[in-house]
Amino acid sequence: MKKWLPWTCLVVFALWFLSGARAPEPKNKFDLTLFGRLPVLLNGRIQPMDTVARNALLSMRGKSTVRAVGNTLSATEWMLEAMTKPELADQRKVFRVQAPELEGLLGADKPGLNYYAYNDFTNQLPQLQSQIQTLAKSEESRDDAAKNRTAYQKDLMHLYSSLMLYRQIKNSLQPEGCVDFPADIAAYKAALGPAMTAVRKQDVKEEFDKSAMDRLSPLFHEFQDMASVAYPLAVPPKAGDAPGNWRNIGASLIESARTEEIHPAIPFLAAIASSYAKNRPQDFRAAVAGYESWLQANNLDASVQKSRHEFLFNQLEPFYKAMVVYVAALILGCIFWINMSESVRKTGVMLLVLGFVIHTLGLGFRMWLEGRPPVTNLYSSAIFIGWGAVLLGLILERLFKGAIGLVASSLIGFITLIIAHHLSLSGDTMEMLRAVLDTNLWLATHVVTITIGYSSMFLAGLLAVIYVVAGFFTSRMSQPVLDGAAQSQDLGNILTRMVYGIVCFSTIFSFVGTVLGGIWADQSWGRFWGWDPKENGALLIVLWNAIILHLRWGGMIKDRGLMAMAVGGNIVTSFSWFGVNMLGVGLHSYGFMDAAFPWLVAFVASQVVIIVLALMSERFWASFKSASR
Amino acid sequence: MLSKIFKSLASLRLTVVCLALALVLVFGGTIAQVHLGLYEVQARYFRSWLVLWDLPGSKMGIPIFPGGWLIGGVLLINLVASHITRFQFSRKKLGIWLAHLGLIILLSGQFLTEACQVESLMRVEVGETKTYSEDSRKLELVVIDTTNPDRDDVVSIPADNLANSKEIRHPQLPFALRVKGYLPNALPTRGGGAQPGALKSSQGIGQQIQFAPTAVTAAMESENSPAALIEIVGDKGSIGDWVVSPWLTKMSSLGRLTEWLGSDASILATPQAFACNSHNYRIEMRPTRYYKPYTLKLIEFRHDLYPGTDIPKNFSSRVHLEDPTMGESRDVLIYMNNPLRYRGDTYYQSSFEPGDRVSILQVVRNPASATPYLACILITTGLLIQFMMHLFTFARKNSAVAAVPVADARLARPASNFDQKEKRL
Repeated sequence: MKKWLPWTCLVVFALWFLSGARAPEPKNKFDLTLFGRLPVLLNGRIQPMDTVARNALLSMRGKSTVRAVGNTLSATEWMLEAMTKPELADQRKVFRVQAPELEGLLGADKPGLNYYAYNDFTNQLPQLQSQIQTLAKSEESRDDAAKNRTAYQKDLMHLYSSLMLYRQIKNSLQPEGCVDFPADIAAYKAALGPAMTAVRKQDVKEEFDKSAMDRLSPLFHEFQDMASVAYPLAVPPKAGDAPGNWRNIGASLIESARTEEIHPAIPFLAAIASSYAKNRPQDFRAAVAGYESWLQANNLDASVQKSRHEFLFNQLEPFYKAMVVYVAALILGCIFWINMSESVRKTGVMLLVLGFVIHTLGLGFRMWLEGRPPVTNLYSSAIFIGWGAVLLGLILERLFKGAIGLVASSLIGFITLIIAHHLSLSGDTMEMLRAVLDTNLWLATHVVTITIGYSSMFLAGLLAVIYVVAGFFTSRMSQPVLDGAAQSQDLGNILTRMVYGIVCFSTIFSFVGTVLGGIWADQSWGRFWGWDPKENGALLIVLWNAIILHLRWGGMIKDRGLMAMAVGGNIVTSFSWFGVNMLGVGLHSYGFMDAAFPWLVAFVASQVVIIVLALMSERFWASFKSASR
Repeated sequence: MLSKIFKSLASLRLTVVCLALALVLVFGGTIAQVHLGLYEVQARYFRSWLVLWDLPGSKMGIPIFPGGWLIGGVLLINLVASHITRFQFSRKKLGIWLAHLGLIILLSGQFLTEACQVESLMRVEVGETKTYSEDSRKLELVVIDTTNPDRDDVVSIPADNLANSKEIRHPQLPFALRVKGYLPNALPTRGGGAQPGALKSSQGIGQQIQFAPTAVTAAMESENSPAALIEIVGDKGSIGDWVVSPWLTKMSSLGRLTEWLGSDASILATPQAFACNSHNYRIEMRPTRYYKPYTLKLIEFRHDLYPGTDIPKNFSSRVHLEDPTMGESRDVLIYMNNPLRYRGDTYYQSSFEPGDRVSILQVVRNPASATPYLACILITTGLLIQFMMHLFTFARKNSAVAAVPVADARLARPASNFDQKEKRL
């Protein structure tokens, strides 16, 4: 068993990952894959319907699926339903409400995490509206009002924006409540010519056909409403238009009043909507496939391809799967520490490698989709910090086969990917970069270097935590371990060398990254250093590292001191990475930031406890006791 | 004795103390920005010798912590001293030597920047040609001799001087400027009767508008708008007094004032002018101007958005640079991360005004601007050399412990203490 355990585990997890690349089975005979990968323009970039649906659902519900009686709806399926069968969608519990007071207002029977359907608060809507108006009015005069909201107010505003988003989605593919969209469009098209002739005649004060105008009027107003709320821009630019000139369906139909022509994409989109609404899988498939080949035939192949690639990326869910594999590796590493079975460690290392490969694939895929270096926002920084730490941990594990690198890096990989998941709830993770950030040179140099600095700080910090906890409570640190050269040294000694080496590594990257940041600032606004919170955060890490190294070189700290300082590095780095964003100085505060604050405080407190342990007298250390016995 | 002092200046302990103090200062200075704002924190924490704590209810400041200049200065001395005494230029120490030399250059360069850097803004409209940039935080009182129609002769007096002066004389002016009143921050008011502390003049705009004192602001976004009542005293006695203030000259303030005056805004159109010894003069207080030996004309300003959003994709200004003395006449595109560097000035795309007709360029003059680049190269090379050497010894195993000069031998005990009981767990 021992021989094949590592390989079996590896193959099972690898197959599980690859299964994501398969197109999902059609559901109720509807080919949702075809629809999910259709390109639309949102947030300034081409993206598949699937991404629109996932991000919308994540921001409303906090999850990318909807649970319903008997089955689970994917994000795309839910969105398509909201777009075409609003009466069904109104029964789905997609609105997340967390504040107990708000739940009370909605008449929830039991407080706690609750999901609501649109139908659940049709009676409470007026009351909600008046609450929101009161809040908005009280905030009018204060600039920083959004920062000082109570939990109830935050939740109220979240619910409000979710409701708005829901309404936008309902009006994205056809007007809400529309019975037969293709028929409406045909009627609109027929009414356009005569009505426009009448309008022109009216303008020059000639006799005109008022009934022709009346026939157009209700449809025109319906499309106008749709134009003002629709969410993604689904209608591609016409031949000869600027490539970014996408419109929503309503806006395109309104424009038809001027050109007296219906955009050729609209009949396809209308057919998609009505065939889904009327439960005709064959027609649905034909409409979606027809639309895709029309796009390809009309110079929009690049958009179709880009959208397909992103759809595949969404299906693969590489970061979620890497996270699961890391957890498995972590568990195996911990088991090894208990039973010291080499095959368990080997299995763990193999899974760590697999997790790292999936993580790398995801990172590379993302970079390719965006055409950007790995780190462009806080979300991707979390992903990259984990990636860097796992890489370093793998190297450590190769040098010292004691599962230290395995446990430390799989734990950091897991935690950073969890953080990334929560950061993704605040919206599109591939958002376009504001003007000053739109520079691949500096994103690739400054941002990457500084983020590797973060990775190594956290890795050194976690190794130090392992040293302190294991050294304090067990005698492990004084036990010999076979290292790479088959020499035996005790574990404490090995960990000390690891932490020292990683602190050196981190010093280089943090310092170079910080100076590169200064040079970027000098390039973009003429100031090498401006004492901005983010700059200060980076400087704090550099100073902290410099202090550790000088203390060590001067003999002012020994092993336990080094460990205490490295654990302190966790605090400094988490402040630099997250803390400065919570200050709300010159930066926007995001929803997750509020939720993350108590976590940050808890993390800092836990690290302080570890530092106190590290500084306790040797008499209390189990490892020192066993070593001197 | 001297060598003892020198030794303590070069000590590693001093380094660590300075670094630790810097850490606390930077952390405190970051947290303080929540309430004080970036600009104020820079002045109080980083561009100061001592951080002062204002005794509540008084104007007295009690020093509570060393400021940025003090810590940085001591660190620089410490660095130089140890560079001279301790670091030998040997192959083994090459990395450390280079890295610390780079640090010396970086720190000195930052001190030089603090001392010599001049920052200003150039606000230029499409089609307009500018010969100067302005610093709206630093104001000047100017008396302009407009007698010659071909050119203006400008006498500039820093507005800060007005606060503590009674009378100002300038060799180029045939009269004295008597400061009859000065308000560090003023608000224009109208209406009957003299208000307590308000400035009102016998000539010019000050007849219609009074300037009343208001609280001095420290926030980064808002600037103080002082006002002064200046009496012009010639050989034959007083010529009259005028109120001067950036309210009457600075674009943003003037806009607000014009809006506030409504239909009476026409009174702002008349310049505050007088004659003396058959010369014509104009007097005003305005943002300090830095005249350039060349001109910039804004040809086009672009403000591109990502499609279907209001996220800015790009800001750019196409300007025409004209410099007869250097024989330069060319178009330059200034955009994000791509400034124009010309004759010691660097022009950055900083901002714009609504309507996309006005571009605002930041102009920086910094003689030490190259030091970070040099320092970055030296330090990176130094650290890489040093840690590569560590890494080789580390990987070679034999002397990994020796790379740490003082290792704790207690935990590095031989493996004889292996506890059998543990293994069974």
